[in-house]
Amino acid sequence: MDENITAVKDAPVAEPKSHPVTININGQQHQLLVQPWVTLLDALREKLDLTGTKKGCDHGQCGACTVLVNGKRINSCLTLAVMQNGKEITTIEGIANGEMHPMQQAFIKYDAFQCGYCTPGQICSAIGMLQEGHATNREEVKELMSGNICRCGAYSNIVEAIMDVKEGGQYE
Amino acid sequence: MQQKYIGQPVSRVDGEAKVTGSAKYAAEFNVPKLRYGYVVNSTIAKGKIIKINLERAMAVQGVIKIYTHENRPSTAWLSFNYADMDAPPGKPFVPMHNNKIVYNGQPIAMIVAETFEQARYAASLVTVEYDKEEHESDLHAHLTEARLPKKGLATLLKPGPPKPKGEAEKIYEASPVKAAGTFVHGIEHHNPMEMFASTVVYEGEKKLTIFDKTQGTINCQLYVANVFGLPFKNVRVISHYVGGAFGSGLRPQYQLFLAVMASLDLKKSVRLSMNRHQMFTFGHRPATVQKTKFGANDVGKIQAINHESIGETSQFEDYTEIVVNWANMLYPSPNTKLQYKLKPLDVASPMDMRAPGGATGLHAVEVTIDELAYQAKMDPVDFRLLNYTDMDQTTEKPYSSKELKECFKQAADKFGWKNRNPEPRSMRRNHKLIGWGIATGIWEAMQLPTRAEAVLTADGKLTVSSATSDFGTGTYTVMAQIAADCMGMDLADVSFKLGDSDMPFAPISGGSFTAASTGTAVQAACLGLRKKLLKKAQKMVAAFTEAEFDDIDFTDSGLHLKNNSGPPLSYREIVAATKEKTLKSKNMGWPNAMKQRKFTRATHSAVFVEVEVDEDFGIVKVTRMVTAVAAGKILNPKTARSQILGGMVWGISKALREESVMDHRFGKFMNDSLAEYHLPVNADINDLEVIFVEEDDKIVNDLGIKGLGEIGLVAVPPAIANAVFHATGKRVNDLPITMDKVMDYASPLV
Repeated sequence: MDENITAVKDAPVAEPKSHPVTININGQQHQLLVQPWVTLLDALREKLDLTGTKKGCDHGQCGACTVLVNGKRINSCLTLAVMQNGKEITTIEGIANGEMHPMQQAFIKYDAFQCGYCTPGQICSAIGMLQEGHATNREEVKELMSGNICRCGAYSNIVEAIMDVKEGGQYE
Repeated sequence: MQQKYIGQPVSRVDGEAKVTGSAKYAAEFNVPKLRYGYVVNSTIAKGKIIKINLERAMAVQGVIKIYTHENRPSTAWLSFNYADMDAPPGKPFVPMHNNKIVYNGQPIAMIVAETFEQARYAASLVTVEYDKEEHESDLHAHLTEARLPKKGLATLLKPGPPKPKGEAEKIYEASPVKAAGTFVHGIEHHNPMEMFASTVVYEGEKKLTIFDKTQGTINCQLYVANVFGLPFKNVRVISHYVGGAFGSGLRPQYQLFLAVMASLDLKKSVRLSMNRHQMFTFGHRPATVQKTKFGANDVGKIQAINHESIGETSQFEDYTEIVVNWANMLYPSPNTKLQYKLKPLDVASPMDMRAPGGATGLHAVEVTIDELAYQAKMDPVDFRLLNYTDMDQTTEKPYSSKELKECFKQAADKFGWKNRNPEPRSMRRNHKLIGWGIATGIWEAMQLPTRAEAVLTADGKLTVSSATSDFGTGTYTVMAQIAADCMGMDLADVSFKLGDSDMPFAPISGGSFTAASTGTAVQAACLGLRKKLLKKAQKMVAAFTEAEFDDIDFTDSGLHLKNNSGPPLSYREIVAATKEKTLKSKNMGWPNAMKQRKFTRATHSAVFVEVEVDEDFGIVKVTRMVTAVAAGKILNPKTARSQILGGMVWGISKALREESVMDHRFGKFMNDSLAEYHLPVNADINDLEVIFVEEDDKIVNDLGIKGLGEIGLVAVPPAIANAVFHATGKRVNDLPITMDKVMDYASPLV
């Protein structure tokens, strides 16, 4: 306890300085002034009102916050907004292009969700995974989708949806 | 003829909102000038706060106020004002009530700041000095102190065990065939993917709109109004989407209390979200220790059932669940002794968690039955069929319907059970031991009074609403299906709204009773609307004037005379002719108590599991599972299948993965994160199959709905445990069945 009290005694109380960043989000350029302690996830949800990206743990343990940065899937809670200068980010809001993306349609068709909270992360992760090109069969899809937890237990339907999109040929 | 939707695999009507990210959850309503809260939790389990040092935290730029027990605004004085619809007997926990610490992790301070980051940082600078007292948190160290639970309102829905019959202990001792076991369950936390959050929008003096994560908007509305002395109509609680709950949303959680408190005090809108560690600082499935002693005669008929359970509760509430009542509902026995006791500990009050009590009790019951079948040298399916009953012996009432035998038949065929070698350790695949196990499931089919309103507008659209919830259960979809069928309309013209305390009354949503309760209400509202439509039609068109209600078909969005004595009249025309251009009916869906009371109403399941056990590492893998469910009418086979699949994943998790492990030196959970609280991931889930054996049951309700939320889970842990026994020849009765326990028992090397 005493140790703790000493530790906080000299802790800074002034806010950290903001930095300008330019990020392309869902095809649109955003010029933001952000403090270095703001994660990409919080910037999306709290500053840009892009709440489709979900916070499930804030520790990179659940995958609910998965977005695509320059086409690669990452946990947006584990990166800071100030590190995204010049990057191209796609969130669930930017996945559809006029009509719903085949992955979004497949998730509905196969009922690959229940509460829907992990769903944006699952869909971004699935699209990112297929772009990576490592998954050749169901077992590999299951393994490579294991960073996205679904507490409702929709896993088998998620795999069905992904396999349908994969076998539909969009990613060959 | 109008298409019928009930029974069709309709895709979720809320699907598009969920896959495009437009579905908004409690922490996602961004209103202007929102302030952010962040909670500081206690780090001791029992004692008093001597001092909370706030100076450094207060100095952080952007911090507006810090609340503790010393400065919090006063709230209701009497304990009953804090009791929500699901409160167990006792005194509900009141956050920051005084300087007393009653469990580790209890909220003791809340920062409110202009940004989330400021509040979170300031919270890290709060230090606390405590006067620590000795705590008790280990159930196993205090089993002898267990006592009978207190009774209260909540116990009406959760009756205690029935009185003993005959001489169960003596008959057990004298039985030629016996099985007994001690079953240990650790604590589990619900851990829905969405963390608890409340966005409280300050609408002016004593008026709030609250976006909350809850399984009951009206429950939270009443709680907030009672605690803060606000008029009910000034408190609106909205919860359109809930990111999973599994029971955790049945009671208002502390973030609601604290966010409302700050909002009223500061006259500002406030958001307070829990973090994942804080998701381990309120209700949980309680730790339990169960003992069973079952005896059968020499032909395998059960003669004695002894089942006792000791569960933990908090020091301030007696949380109970139905753990020991199930065995005698499933298996007739002339002698029974069922006991249920509690031991209060210095922990948060336990809460209902998916299939509360059932998921716990049936593990002990169904593993003991499996062992009894082995002792009787009978196949476990045959043994269950020999002891089958259509009568619930605990109430001496027949089941309103029970297609469990058919479940066994269909699941056994699908699984290929006839190819099983009953000998433990007899089946192998490559280097792995293979085990096949089964279990039976049961859950009650309840129904509670619920209201709904149906509104037709001149554009020919129907909107039905009720303040119930959909946390992934499919309520939005199946209620729209019911309404479309009742009104004879296209599903595209029908929408169902929920999750708003301004809507007609619905109780908390749980216990598998929502579909039956809300479904009956929707049907009642549509029936009311049909009567009003006919009344209007009688004034408009001569052919309808003499018509009785039963002379009309309500189909294709209109009234059709069955005898074709005149042209049909569309809903659109009728509504257009009204002054208000709308036609409404609000009705209560009552359970038919006269019909129901002569029967026991329940769902049943038969679960067949295959496991692979790696002998060198003790790793258990569920390679395939077939669940057959008898649960009345299946409204939507697509969403229903998903609900059962979810229950099966929960069963795998309960049997093999999840447990909140406490360090009793501190009374604190050690694995309070999603990295260390093990849940199944995609790679853990293999071949799962669901079979529905439909029942035509008009006793439960007109629509024949029984409910599906719990039945998918209850039989899975024992079926897995029985499969592990078949694979290894050893019983691991201590859940979860982790590799260390399997190695101790199973490996010939150890």
